[in-house]
Amino acid sequence: MITLIDGLSLGSIYALIALGYTMVYGIAKMLNFAHGDVIMVGAYAIVITLSYTASPAVAIIAAVILCTILGVAIEKIAYKPLRGASPLAVLITAIGVSYFLQGIAQLVFGSQPRPVSAVWRQLPKIPLLNDLGITTAAAVTLVCGVIIMVALNLFIKCTKTGRAMLAVSEDRGAAVLMGINVNRIITVTFAIGSALAAFAGMFYLFQIPNAEPTLGAMPGITAFTAAVIGGIGSIPGAMVGGILLGVVEKLCLASPLSSYTVAIKFSLLIVILLVKPTGLLGKITREKV
Amino acid sequence: MLKVENIEVYYGMINAIKGVSFEVNEGEIIALIGANGAGKTTILHTITGLIAPKSGHIYLEDKDLTKLPAHKIVYLGMAHVPEGRRIFQQLTVLDNLKLGAFSITDKAQIEKNLNYVYAHFPRLAERKNQVAGTLSGGEQQMLAMGRALMSNPKILLMDEPSMGLSPLLVNEIFKIISEVSKDGTTVLLVEQNAKKALSIADRAYVLETGNIVMEGKASDLLDNPRIRAAYLGE
Repeated sequence: MITLIDGLSLGSIYALIALGYTMVYGIAKMLNFAHGDVIMVGAYAIVITLSYTASPAVAIIAAVILCTILGVAIEKIAYKPLRGASPLAVLITAIGVSYFLQGIAQLVFGSQPRPVSAVWRQLPKIPLLNDLGITTAAAVTLVCGVIIMVALNLFIKCTKTGRAMLAVSEDRGAAVLMGINVNRIITVTFAIGSALAAFAGMFYLFQIPNAEPTLGAMPGITAFTAAVIGGIGSIPGAMVGGILLGVVEKLCLASPLSSYTVAIKFSLLIVILLVKPTGLLGKITREKV
Repeated sequence: MLKVENIEVYYGMINAIKGVSFEVNEGEIIALIGANGAGKTTILHTITGLIAPKSGHIYLEDKDLTKLPAHKIVYLGMAHVPEGRRIFQQLTVLDNLKLGAFSITDKAQIEKNLNYVYAHFPRLAERKNQVAGTLSGGEQQMLAMGRALMSNPKILLMDEPSMGLSPLLVNEIFKIISEVSKDGTTVLLVEQNAKKALSIADRAYVLETGNIVMEGKASDLLDNPRIRAAYLGE
């Protein structure tokens, strides 16, 4: 039971990250491999801010703003000039941006792991839950994760910009004919994806002892796997895939097979794609000529 | 209202449109007819900015569209019903229509346009919460038209509305095109079904491999022996 809650909590972190991958893929038709490193920047933003102030609220706001600006800047500087270029060129650029961010982080923050500040660790006690063995961190992550995902869904379903995002992801040419500025929608998508990554980064700090420049790699690749398992491009798919991988990871860690956790996590991808090549909730897309 | 001046379009080295000029006056239905590959769709795509011409100009009410990005052209009062409908299959009928009104910010105007569309296409009102991909071909064509009309266009560009539809549905679609025209919308109609197109158009241009080879009143072209032989199968 406690393992399950821990799994759901970790899963909601993966889901938040996977949403960034899947939305960018759906709308800009590219894999943003630098997404994991935006999580790292978000995590560092929290750690650094908390070394100057003791207010977690300030740290959270700083992380979200920094990551949003970073995501939009990456898109404008690195990806926008490649609009219409071959997918391979864009993919290689994304990997380049990923290493660039890790390198910059090493320069700025140093390569020594930085302990996550005590302020972030000392969460208030929740009497009933803590007695059951559920940590406050797990509860906060899970609740906040769900709230953020519900808000995102409402935004996409009920606002004009959200509808435009769905339209661009389905048929870019037809969306242009509606008067939708595709470049603006892509910018909005990167902004939202990066803000989600900032939240994922701060929740991920509950899971790790130290912040280091490569901390985004593992959650990044896991969440990417989650997005593919759920069906890349599908928003509910990313959520399902993320939660699934989080639960599987925590269940494995609690079982005698714990040393095989990573292998099991990624084998799941192979098994699911063998059974359902489009991912759990992916749609069969016919390429139009 | 719409003036196309000597446009030339290239796909790589291939010269698809070789200096085409024509004019659409306010309130007219103009048909652009021609065989497969004559360049009809290319011309529409050039007008709405999806393709840039190599030379030439396109004016909508004296405003030069040639340098404008495609998404801004809608705001000037031009709507394009693309070939193959290209409705948003995964969204509901209502969401499709709302996207058609993307260029309009006034909520009351959107409501008014929605009622106008529902009045012409009662089927869309019945199915407004249905996912668009589950509609029949005829209903999808109606949705594509309704979606375009949601932007309150002064001029409506239609690309092959009859494609893949039964003769009965083709009649219905063409009846609605004339109704929309009577309500004051100018129509530029691209069609392979020359007989149907000429029957509702005021004037027509005949396109052959990137050139306009004939133009005139639709009724005259319907009687022209060359047109009858080449396009009406007589």
